[in-house]
Amino acid sequence: MDPRRPNRTVSDPKVRQVGFVTPAATTPPPRSVSDALVSSSSAAAASSPPTGTSLSPVMIPPPRHGASDGLPARGTVPLAVPNSGSLLRRDNLQILVGAHDHNETEVVLGTPPMTSPSSRIHDGVSEFSDNASMSPWYGRSDPDKLASSLAGRNSELMMSKSVGAGGGSGGGHTPKSPLTTASVVKTLPGISGTSIFILNNLHLSEKQGGALGIQNDLAEAPMPLKEKTTKAERRALQEAQRAAKAAAKEAGEALIHFLEFYRGGVPANTQQAKSVKPSQKKDAPQVTAPSVSSEKKIVDRPIEKDRKKDVPPPRMQFDDKHKVEKVKRRAMVNQFEAKNRVELFRHLPQYIHGTQLPDLEAKFFQLDAVHPSVYKVGLHYLSGKISGGNARCIAMLLAFKEAINDYSTPPEKAFGRDLTTKISSYISFLIECRPLSISMGNAIKFLKHRIAKLPLAMSESDAKLSLQSDIDRFINEKIEIADKVIVRHAVAKIRDGDVLLTYGLSSVVEMILVYAHELGKDFRVVIVDSRPKLEGQVLLRRLIAKGLNCTYTHINAISYIMHEAKRVFLGAASVLSNGTVYSRVGTACVAMVAKAFNVPVLVCCEAYKFHERVQLDSICFNELGDPDVILKVPGHVASNYLEGCVDNDNLQLLNLNYDATPSDYVSMIITDYGMVSCTLMLFYGYVFPYC
Amino acid sequence: MTRMDFEVVVLAGGASSNLSPLVSQELPKALLPVANRPVLSYVLELLEGSNLKDLIVVVEGEDAAQLVGGWISGAYADRLHVEVAAVPEGVGTAGALRSISSYLTANDVLIVSGDLVTDVPPGAIAATHRRHGAVVTTLLCSSPVSGPSDSGTSGGKEKAKKPVRHNIIGLDPTRQYLLHMATGAEVEKDIRLQKRILQAVGQMEIRADLMDAHLYAFKRTVLQDILDQKDKFQSIRQDILPYLIRTQLSSEVSRNGLVSSESGSNKSAVQDDLRWLSQHREIAPSTFQDSQPLSLKSQRDDQRSHKCCVYIANESKYCARLNSIQAFSDINRDVIGEASHLSGYSFSAQNNIIHPSAELGSKTTVGPQCMLAEGSKLGDKCSVKRSVIGRHCRIGSNVKIVNSVVMNHVTIDDGCSIQGSVICSNVQLQERVVLKDCQVGAGYIVTSGSEHKSESLARK
Repeated sequence: MDPRRPNRTVSDPKVRQVGFVTPAATTPPPRSVSDALVSSSSAAAASSPPTGTSLSPVMIPPPRHGASDGLPARGTVPLAVPNSGSLLRRDNLQILVGAHDHNETEVVLGTPPMTSPSSRIHDGVSEFSDNASMSPWYGRSDPDKLASSLAGRNSELMMSKSVGAGGGSGGGHTPKSPLTTASVVKTLPGISGTSIFILNNLHLSEKQGGALGIQNDLAEAPMPLKEKTTKAERRALQEAQRAAKAAAKEAGEALIHFLEFYRGGVPANTQQAKSVKPSQKKDAPQVTAPSVSSEKKIVDRPIEKDRKKDVPPPRMQFDDKHKVEKVKRRAMVNQFEAKNRVELFRHLPQYIHGTQLPDLEAKFFQLDAVHPSVYKVGLHYLSGKISGGNARCIAMLLAFKEAINDYSTPPEKAFGRDLTTKISSYISFLIECRPLSISMGNAIKFLKHRIAKLPLAMSESDAKLSLQSDIDRFINEKIEIADKVIVRHAVAKIRDGDVLLTYGLSSVVEMILVYAHELGKDFRVVIVDSRPKLEGQVLLRRLIAKGLNCTYTHINAISYIMHEAKRVFLGAASVLSNGTVYSRVGTACVAMVAKAFNVPVLVCCEAYKFHERVQLDSICFNELGDPDVILKVPGHVASNYLEGCVDNDNLQLLNLNYDATPSDYVSMIITDYGMVSCTLMLFYGYVFPYC
Repeated sequence: MTRMDFEVVVLAGGASSNLSPLVSQELPKALLPVANRPVLSYVLELLEGSNLKDLIVVVEGEDAAQLVGGWISGAYADRLHVEVAAVPEGVGTAGALRSISSYLTANDVLIVSGDLVTDVPPGAIAATHRRHGAVVTTLLCSSPVSGPSDSGTSGGKEKAKKPVRHNIIGLDPTRQYLLHMATGAEVEKDIRLQKRILQAVGQMEIRADLMDAHLYAFKRTVLQDILDQKDKFQSIRQDILPYLIRTQLSSEVSRNGLVSSESGSNKSAVQDDLRWLSQHREIAPSTFQDSQPLSLKSQRDDQRSHKCCVYIANESKYCARLNSIQAFSDINRDVIGEASHLSGYSFSAQNNIIHPSAELGSKTTVGPQCMLAEGSKLGDKCSVKRSVIGRHCRIGSNVKIVNSVVMNHVTIDDGCSIQGSVICSNVQLQERVVLKDCQVGAGYIVTSGSEHKSESLARK
């Protein structure tokens, strides 16, 4: 935590992004936990042995078995030889690069648009790369089967690691490391996780050749480096890459086999690999927008073009006038210009609900494409009647279910495709009403995946039925049962005499508290609330009605009331793959204070809300609320001091809806797959199965 | 499937007694010309503009139905799909609905009065209805200022003559729910409010400046249930709506609706709503926001309550009902004047509409906010102000027409003066007739030199 804190406090966005590398800089967590997710997911169930009844999510990584078995061990051994031959030469180069490392790392860190996505991709790929390259651990985890084959592979992979460590050496740990390959491997546990990831994967990506579509991006990932590196350095880097490529061609075959097998075994991952891409693209321009100069954008562009073919369009940047114009013309809901936008948040969709609602209502009958039930849900989103990740997701799914029920394929169209476009149009309508929550995004992915997977031969009515039951199943399994499981887990953490603090209104937390009360536990609840939504009052009302002992306070009293608290229970809109908890604005503050007071913070979040995105601040992705509500103090006519100031050009109102809580403020995340420390979330993101 | 699961019923009425000299057997209320277009066309075009093209038009009386049907099929042959249903005269709005209720299938029904002239998008009411999951949603608009405001010739007296009738409408503080409604006639002595409703809401806003525009969105199952069970209900506004408002908190309607919908069609709105509700309750109890004051304060009644919502039209929107003679002349004036976008005509530079085939004599002036339809002839030295003159009228010299409506085929001889009057089709005004605030029924002949003031002249 400590290394990141100072960074975060600086307000310059460029500097803030330095924090990017550090979240991963925690000690490399055991792989096994992430696998627990895989194994418990239905997708991977086939490839993973059941782990018995224990609640503990910690297990031996099962998919590896299959994966490593699939790898022809014989092939790797001879291949390792030429590599090690070239090793020496490369080492030199790496040292060269390593010498300039400090400059480079700064560049790397200073230009997150390039590094962040790429590194994330690598992580995504590292599914297998860790596995292969971190064989020491691996061997430990299942020693008997693999020891021999890995021994052969190790040498080659160690080499690759050294290349990586030398070539990129992101974390600034490098001065020591690039001496010899062996030493790199040995120091592995000591080296920060990130640097290894980035480097390994840089390297790996080249090896994979065409195996992954991401290859392009990866190869170009070090591009920003070029701007500041000298010619010699560039050549060094290039050569390193070339050598790596050569090695890859030889070793690659085996690895591709390995990879394909792996991906085949865990279908969730193939999707992951795909889904990483859009988000990567999303994030890149987002972060650039405020700070990065135009030259860098030029660097971006060719890459973007390459990707465009198979990648969905990036998230709208609302400070891009041309795009906004374009979208406006297409929009079903009239988009209005919000005035006095806060500079830092210009890229977000501005709050316009106040003017949108009447307009949307007036056009009720004109919107042909939208199913009534979807329309109703959209209206509810817009008017704020349905809010909260779960409720919005459920409402959307139920509306889609109804829409699917009423759907009939138009002549000369394929059921699956036409339905997908229909659903997409519904979704874009819903987005116009309110930006999607991450939970909804995941549910949509699930639904689309299901539609895509429908067998062609299936009759329309059967397909509709199966989709509807899929939706029901999703709601049931991923939300209802997940909540119940979370409640069971969390209740174990409540003891008699506890004082539990919660913030705002989270459905899961409410269920936990109520359930604990029903179990007869004797505890007190402190509800911390904040304007303008005052959602805590709703929770307060319900808890009091159930007979719980409650204290209600506002967030400005948090530092005082935290003395009393034994534990903090928080809900989350999403948990991101770097462990960041994305939640109602104010959560980060509560978590931070709790951390300062050494109060454990338990975040309750269903696994379907996990997302592979990495987010370091609340700026690049957020949602703006109605700026006027923070002006108005209900019931206090006298205190509306700002009345009449709204039109002043010097006044910019900002009402953020979400914030990002860094993982180090969170002691534990309670999911339906068990309780995990937040750092492990690093891996959760990649294995999280959508379906 | 019907559009957005809404069906539209237009209650075009029959021969209304309020408009006695104007309407007749030959001219049902729906076809009364407003700016030389039947009043019904305003509703139909409003609906057409909202993409609602499958309509049911209910007309009282077989003859009237035929006339209306004939007109619609002529005017909207390929634009709208209209079914005209004839109901016996005097059954009232509820009766009219009852007779067609079995044809309704959609989730919700939009009921529009045929005499409504407005530019409030019906979608807005429908959307509000959907958003709240209400049993009934009604359009309220600010009551019209009756009488010509600035001409001052008739307005003042007219107002003085009639007692000012206000509709008393009770709203919740958010102005979304309808808590009380009483028409002017009922509010002579006291208003009786229901304690329970008042308790549930905490605060009620009583408004007298709003008017029920007779544009309702009903939940079909509920509407059908009420129509079935309450045989005596005659009128939507006087019976059904007050009943629904009264029983908001002790609803038998929604339960009945639920029962019937469960036994009947599998996919009804009520059921869906409850499913929704229960889903949210069960899964995420806290996420179902208790934003509605009704359920907030009285949660145990929640299951048994239904919602009556309102949509209050924006001040800038025009909204008027042609339900009296005064309203008739007001609307005529407004459609040519301030609400000119409704008329669908393009105005000349002088802010009036003169059909190219109309003939004007020398020194004849037609002021702004006037309309002169095709084939009409005006003699010399005439003056027309703020008036609508229909087709093929023959108007002599030295005639003054102010603030009046002259329908088709009217003959007006020299030297007449007409103020604030309505002159129906085929009327003959002989020389030097002076009319002030009069209504002249169709085919009537006013003898020369006669003067009338505030009279209703019609053939016996």
